[in-house]
Amino acid sequence: MKSIWTKPAGLLLAAGAAFSGAAHAVNDLPGGPAVRQLNLPVGVTKVSQEQYTLHWGLMILCTVIFIGVFSVMFYSIWKHRKSVGHKAANFHESVVVEVVWTIVPFIIVILMALPATKLLVAQKDTTNADLTIKVTGYQWKWGYDYLKGEGEGLSFISTLLPEHRRLSDEGARGEVPDNYLLAVDNPLVVPEKQKIRIITTANDVIHAFAVPQFGIKQDAIPGFVRDTWFRAEQTGDFYGQCQELCGKEHAYMPIHVKVVSAADYTAWVDQKKKEAAAKQDDPNKVWTLPDLLARGEKVYAANCAACHQANGKGAGPIKPLDGSQVVLDADHTKQIHVLLNGQNNGAMPSWKQLSDTDLAAVASYTKNSWSNKTGQIVQPAEVLAERGK
Amino acid sequence: MSAVLDPHGHAAPGGHAHDDHHDHHAPTGWRRWVFATNHKDIGTLYLLFSFTMLMIGGLLAMLIRAELFQPGLQLVNPELFNQFTTMHGLIMVFGAIMPAFVGFANWMIPLQIGASDMAFARMNNFSFWLMIPAAIMLVASFFMPGGAPAAGWTLYAPLTLQMGPSMDAGIFAMHILGASSIMGSINIIVTILNMRAPGMTLMKMPMFCWTWLITAYLLIAVMPVLAGAITMTLTDRHLGTHFFNPAGGGDPVMYQHIFWFFGHPEVYIMILPAFGIVSQVVPAFARKKLFGYASMVYATASIAILSFIVWAHHMFTTGMPVTGQLFFMYATMLIAVPTAVKIFNWIATMWQGSMTFETPMLFAVGFIFVFTMGGFTGLILAVAPVDIQLQDTYYVVAHFHYVLVAGSLYAMFAGVYYWMPKWTGVMYNEWRGKVHFWWSLISFNVTFFPMHFLGLAGMPRRYADYPMQFADFNAIASIGGFAFGLAQVYFFLFIVLPCMRGKGEPAPQKPWEAAEGLEWEVPSPAPFHTFENPPRLDATATKVIG
Repeated sequence: MKSIWTKPAGLLLAAGAAFSGAAHAVNDLPGGPAVRQLNLPVGVTKVSQEQYTLHWGLMILCTVIFIGVFSVMFYSIWKHRKSVGHKAANFHESVVVEVVWTIVPFIIVILMALPATKLLVAQKDTTNADLTIKVTGYQWKWGYDYLKGEGEGLSFISTLLPEHRRLSDEGARGEVPDNYLLAVDNPLVVPEKQKIRIITTANDVIHAFAVPQFGIKQDAIPGFVRDTWFRAEQTGDFYGQCQELCGKEHAYMPIHVKVVSAADYTAWVDQKKKEAAAKQDDPNKVWTLPDLLARGEKVYAANCAACHQANGKGAGPIKPLDGSQVVLDADHTKQIHVLLNGQNNGAMPSWKQLSDTDLAAVASYTKNSWSNKTGQIVQPAEVLAERGK
Repeated sequence: MSAVLDPHGHAAPGGHAHDDHHDHHAPTGWRRWVFATNHKDIGTLYLLFSFTMLMIGGLLAMLIRAELFQPGLQLVNPELFNQFTTMHGLIMVFGAIMPAFVGFANWMIPLQIGASDMAFARMNNFSFWLMIPAAIMLVASFFMPGGAPAAGWTLYAPLTLQMGPSMDAGIFAMHILGASSIMGSINIIVTILNMRAPGMTLMKMPMFCWTWLITAYLLIAVMPVLAGAITMTLTDRHLGTHFFNPAGGGDPVMYQHIFWFFGHPEVYIMILPAFGIVSQVVPAFARKKLFGYASMVYATASIAILSFIVWAHHMFTTGMPVTGQLFFMYATMLIAVPTAVKIFNWIATMWQGSMTFETPMLFAVGFIFVFTMGGFTGLILAVAPVDIQLQDTYYVVAHFHYVLVAGSLYAMFAGVYYWMPKWTGVMYNEWRGKVHFWWSLISFNVTFFPMHFLGLAGMPRRYADYPMQFADFNAIASIGGFAFGLAQVYFFLFIVLPCMRGKGEPAPQKPWEAAEGLEWEVPSPAPFHTFENPPRLDATATKVIG
């Protein structure tokens, strides 16, 4: 397929590239999209490979029928023209013909439905999983919680690298990496050749967790849990993107799954557990302002800047933090309340998944940045105190 | 000229003994249009309105394609981009395609069944003028605080609950457009069932009337369902109900079920009248009767009935039980059968005909050819395990533009070229028509064919920016899109406008040698009043015999 296409596609694309000025070379991304990919990925799970085969089967069948039917039409257009002196016949009814061309398509769709049914049933069987991971869609990031199996208890958030988001705003000029818009800070790590059950849910609006190379796509619906599964037959990096419109940053919440060998997976789990223990902040620790500001700046860049902007001025419907009464208020609970619970029907989402220290840091940061010079410091204990309310 | 722009009702020979009488009462100037009760005037209003909306929706499409021309954000921010995609969809579906077909119905149904006018002439006026405030509300929502709705044309909860005040304006506009559609449908049903000339039995009716009769029933059945869904969204937003808000125990998936119970019949609402137009044009230019008239009627009815039991194929990725997926997969694949029957019938009509290829026929054949591609991709999407890969990707975008643009819009172009001599009294410029056809056909395919590849490669729809690997096909699609948009401006300025101004050769009463039907029994342009006394028809109900 590819070789047939290379020439005409190349010609067209040379024209396209000349227009767009996208001169820099882009390479295929292994585990992600290929440059000018024409077909479904073969993928690394049985399901995705069978989808690929089934799709080819359907394509061939449809193409054959299409060519057959339209050869008749174009033959007729060629031969039965007035300009070549063809006289119109007078037939306009035939029960036999009508019955035949009702039954034949009916049989063809039944033939299509048989393999589809088999694959669908296999695809929906999420029983006997080796590892169960809950995937939570947030506006606009993914949360991964390892619920059952090796690594149980691990939990982290996965976000698009901020430099890719910035690159997008700048018009993706210059040297753009091959994994543009697909690179995250914390990829989902799973072992190869094991059945991974993915449970999806969401925190705010509907998202969809999709990894084409695994042949999976499952909506993540707030208030409900749904599930799907995959068993990756080889190690590597695999990419996907959110596939259900979830608001303004919909295009910026990619999925990166790292499939590793069983031994590597065990090592990763150990390391991750140690990190988690070390990172655990004591919410009762009393921080100094400079330390808290340094941390708050990072939290702000990773979570808040997408909407409120790095300059704190917001944009369009997004409210500015610079000069905001809630931010400047000496009563810290007002801002903490908004951070924990969200505002305006979730247009400002709830951030309760962040730690007390992170929230205290980001609140302190906003109170002491841009033209906000309150000198106030919000301690983690204050956030903790508000959490239960 | 005539029925379109000039004061009406002059010099119309034959069968119009009462013209003068009516003329004295009919208003002129702006009153003629604001107080219009004449089906031809209202049809004209509908067609001009829908073309205006096509241009506005098209402008949004151009902006979308301009942003997607290259990776990275160049022109708009992602929030505004979402507003563009949302409003492009809403405006095209509710503002362009649906009213355009009502315009065709208004003009042609009374002429085709030998009725003097639509059954409810004043309600007809009301259902047109209702659309104006609705359209203004839709378009003006861009200037409301927070911008236009940005939740996609499907308005999925709970994203709609996060939208600004323009969401309420959008919902209210949908309500009004729905009311207008329902009134229009009642009018069409009553006109067809009660006002046919003696001898015009149902099974002798032109196919366009048949497809509209069935479409009108679909509209009455599903528009209230849409109204229900968006009303529940409205009360969720403002009155503290929790139909779809999971925070209060609501179910976002229920919204999708209700929406698509409307939404799937809706896609047939947008294609059945197109089938009707093509079924009239093909026999006229093949100089041969429509093959399998009765089976065409039954196929249309089957498609309409099946359209009510397939809605959840839009929701395969929401995670329904395997039995649910199987049912909706089988039911959806079944629709391929009556649709195939229609395609076969059209080709059998052409077979052994004596064809000529004036612009209406070109668009009709183009319709059959390109719409069938959209039909096949629909069949592939119906197969649930494959749909899991393709749902919400550009493959779906390609599919529904193949059926809505190359389907509905092409059929409407065929209809405009076919009937414009009757409407305006002058022939369009044939050479320009052919330019319009080939320009549209090529640029359409350049725009939408690469989107199949993008979808198969996994590019999600409604994305303001995309990975670099998708760049080339997006650039091609954008170039094609601009060319397609320009073709439609050309169509209006260089083909429609000259006809409306009466420039061109005067059209004979029946410009097409083998066209059949009562609309060709009245002069061109069609006089302001036609068939004021029920005509006597011949045995085939295609000719007036006194």
